[in-house]
Amino acid sequence: MTGNDASQSLCAQIRDAYEARRALRIEGNGSKAFYGRATTGESLDVTTHCGIVRYEPTELVVTARAGTPVADIEAALAEHGQMLAFEPPSFAAAATIGGAVASGLGGPRRPWGGAPRDLLLGTSLIDGQGRRLRFGGEVMKNVAGYDVSRLMAGALGTLGVLLEVSIKVLPAPAVERSLVLSLNRDRALHLMRELARQPAPLSAACHVEDRLYVRLSGNASSVAAWEKQIGGDGGAGSDFWRALRDHRLPFFDNPRPLWRLSLAPATPRLDCEHEVLTDWAGAQRWVYTRCAAAELRAEVAKSEGHAILFRHGNDEMSVFHPLDPVRARIHRGLKQRFDPAGILNPGRMYDEI
Amino acid sequence: MSEANRSARREALAKRLRSVVDGPHVLSTNAELAPYECDGLAAYRVVPLLVVLPGSVEEVQAVLRICHEERAVVVARGAGTGLSGGALPHEDGVLLSLARLNRILAIDPDNGCARVQPGVRNLAISEAARPHGLYYAPDPSSQIACTIGGNVAENAGGVHCLKYGLTVNNLLAVDLVTVEGELITLGGSGLDGAGYDLLALATGSEGMLGVVVEVMVKLLPIPQRAQVALAAFTEVETAGQAVADIIAAGILPAGLEMMDNPSIRAAEDFVHAGYPTGAAAILLCEVDGGNEEVSEDIARVRQRLLDSGASEVRTASDDLERARFWAGRKAAFPAVGRISPDYYCMDGTIPRKHLPHVLREIARYSTDSGLRVANVFHAGDGNLHPLILYDANNPGELELAEEVGGRILELCVEVGGTITGEHGVGLEKINQMCAQFPPEELQMFHDIKAVFDEHGLLNPGKAIPTLNRCAEFGAMHVKAGDLRFPHLERF
Repeated sequence: MTGNDASQSLCAQIRDAYEARRALRIEGNGSKAFYGRATTGESLDVTTHCGIVRYEPTELVVTARAGTPVADIEAALAEHGQMLAFEPPSFAAAATIGGAVASGLGGPRRPWGGAPRDLLLGTSLIDGQGRRLRFGGEVMKNVAGYDVSRLMAGALGTLGVLLEVSIKVLPAPAVERSLVLSLNRDRALHLMRELARQPAPLSAACHVEDRLYVRLSGNASSVAAWEKQIGGDGGAGSDFWRALRDHRLPFFDNPRPLWRLSLAPATPRLDCEHEVLTDWAGAQRWVYTRCAAAELRAEVAKSEGHAILFRHGNDEMSVFHPLDPVRARIHRGLKQRFDPAGILNPGRMYDEI
Repeated sequence: MSEANRSARREALAKRLRSVVDGPHVLSTNAELAPYECDGLAAYRVVPLLVVLPGSVEEVQAVLRICHEERAVVVARGAGTGLSGGALPHEDGVLLSLARLNRILAIDPDNGCARVQPGVRNLAISEAARPHGLYYAPDPSSQIACTIGGNVAENAGGVHCLKYGLTVNNLLAVDLVTVEGELITLGGSGLDGAGYDLLALATGSEGMLGVVVEVMVKLLPIPQRAQVALAAFTEVETAGQAVADIIAAGILPAGLEMMDNPSIRAAEDFVHAGYPTGAAAILLCEVDGGNEEVSEDIARVRQRLLDSGASEVRTASDDLERARFWAGRKAAFPAVGRISPDYYCMDGTIPRKHLPHVLREIARYSTDSGLRVANVFHAGDGNLHPLILYDANNPGELELAEEVGGRILELCVEVGGTITGEHGVGLEKINQMCAQFPPEELQMFHDIKAVFDEHGLLNPGKAIPTLNRCAEFGAMHVKAGDLRFPHLERF
C-alpha cells in the first residue's frame, strides 16, 4: 500500500502548539472549509498523512490515513465491488476521508446506508496535548470501553486530529435504477413515507421543484419488480445523485443562507420552509427562508429536530443549533479533557468548543 | 462500612427515597434484596444496600438527586440478563431497577420509529410494530427477556448485525437522567442531533454515564421472505474460507453462523435439528429481502458453499425446516448446559481470517486445562462465543475456567480483535481491558466518566479498570498460572 506516514510530525506540531498555547486550524483539502464557524489559528495540514493502510475485501473493512482522498478509497473499493455506504459528500475536488468523518455528513443513501458514525469502527487520533490515542478497531462488534471513535464523527476536529479511520464497507448493489415522478411536495412526502414503510430496495428519495427522485439498489429482479410498482420515468441517472450529494443542483446555486434541517421525516412542511429541497425521504431538508434565524430554530425545535446554518451565514449568526445548559456543560467538559488548552479548531462548532 | 453503619445508612437512605417513591417500591429487607444479588453472570453475587423501583421519569430524577446529595452509589438494572456482571449491585449502593418503566409510548409507522420506556422487552417492540409491517432489528439471544434500556447500556448485538447493525445503529434518541438528576435528550427525532454525538458515546457505556429513561428506536420494514442454507464441512478452515467466499461474492447475509463439532453434537442431542454430527463445522447462512431477491441470493449462496468445499448443503424447503435449522443454533447455549454442570460463555471478536488460528489455540488451551470448550461463532461479524465447560463443585474449576477465558480474550486482542463484541466488560472482563487498552486510553475513559459523573457514583468499578488495577494485573500476569480470584479485593 502506498502513501505517507506523517503522524510523528503532526504529533510534534500539536505538542509544540499545546506548549505555546497556540491555536491550530486543521486542514485537509478544504472542500468543507465553509462549514462551521470561522476558526483562527495556524494551519495544520493533514493531507501529507495519507494512503490506504489496510484493505481486505473479505473482512469488509478499510483502514486509511486521514489525508487520503475519498476518491482513492472509492476507487480501491470499486475494484472489489464494494463501496462507502454513507456516500460521502465532497462539495469540491479531493475531499479527504478525515474530513468526511470529521464533518459527519452523509449523502443521499444515509437513511439506508448510515452516516459516517454508523460505519466507523475505529480511529487513531492525536489529542490536544499531542498524544496519540487509539479507540475501537477493525471489527464490527466491539463494546470494550466508551465509543470514542463515533464521538469523533461530526466533532469537526475539535476533540482531536484524526490520524487513521477504520470503516466498515459494504458490497455495492448489483443494479441501480433511478425514477422520476412529477409530484408536488406534499404528495411526494406522502409517497416517500409510504415507500419507506415497505420492504422496497430504496437507497435514496429526494424531492425538488415538483419532482420526486427515487433510487432503487439491489439485485436485478428485486429492482425491476419495484420499478414496475412505483412507475415514473427512468430519466435521472447517477449524475443526479452525485449532483445532489455535492450540492451542484441548480437549487444550491443561490447566495442566500442555506439551512440544513434534521427532522422526523414525516414532519409536514414547516412555515419557515420557504424554498425547500427534501432529501432522505423527508428527514433532511435544505431550506432558504425568509424567517429570522431564531424563528426558524424555534419552529424546528418544536418538532424535536435541529437546524444548521450550512452555508452563506455571516459572523452574527450561529451555525449549529444551540444546546441546553446540561449538554453545553458536557460539551465543554469533553472539550476540556480532549483539548485542555483549547487549541484544536477552537470555536468551529460552538463558542469555546 | 461496618454492619452497624451500613444498617443506619440503609435506614436513612430508605427514608429519604420513600419520600419520592411509593414505600412498597423501596426494598430494604434481606428477603426483598436477595433476588437482585446478581445478573446473568451468576458467579458474582452482592446484596445491594437498597433496591428502588421508580414508577416515572420524575421519580428516577428524584432518586438520583437524593443519591447525588447523599453521595450514594447507583447501579441501574433492566431485566438483569446481562452476561458480564454490568448490573451486579454495589454493597453500599442503591440498585435502581427500571422494571416498572415498561410502557410502549408510541409506535409511529409514518416516521418509522417507536418511543418506549427502558423496561420494555426487546421482543415486545417488534411484536407491537408487527401490525404495521415493521420490526426492531437488533435481536440479542435474550430478546424475549432483556429490556431496551439494558440493550442501550450494553450496545447489544444479535445474529443479524452484519446486515442490520448493532443497537447504536438502530437508535434515534435516548432520554438520559444525569447523576445530578437532570433530564437530557441525546440524538433527535431526525437522523442526527445537534452537537457532539453523545448518543453514540452513551450507547454501550454500561450505566456509567447516566440512566436511560426513554428510547426512540428505528423500525424497519419486515422483509418479505427469509431463507436459510445449512452447510457441513469436514475442516474448520474450509468453513472459514467459505465465509470469506460468500462475502467476496458480494452477498450480505442477514445471518451467518458457525458451530464447531462439540456445539453441533450438543445441539443435535438436545433439539434434533438434523445437524450432521460428524461435521467439523457447520455454517448457517440466511438471506432476506424481497421474494425474487431471496430466490436469487439463496441459489448463489448454495453454489458458493459447494464451490468452497462444503461436503453437504441443504436449503430449508419451508418455514418449518428453516425454524428447525435455527433451533439448534438458538439452543446451543442451553444444549451445552445439558452436557456440563456449568459453562462460562466468552464473547471476543476477531478479524474473520484469524478464525482457524484462534480455534486451534483454543483447542490447545482446552487440552492444557483439561476443560472442554465448544464454540459458536457469529461468522458474519467475527464475534466468537467459546463456551468453557466446567463443574463449579470441583474446587478450583471455576477459577480455571476464568483463567482459560482470560487467555482466550487476550488471544482475541493479539490477533487484532476485542475482548467483548456484545456482552460488555462489566466486572467480568475488567482485567482484560488492561490488555486491550494502554494507560493513556484508559485515563481518557476515566476523564470522560468524570465529565458526566464527577464523584464516580454511577456503577463504579465496572467497565473501565483503574490504572493501579492494571499495573497490579500486569505484574501478576507475568506469573501466569497462579492468577486466582481476579476481582474486587484488588481494586
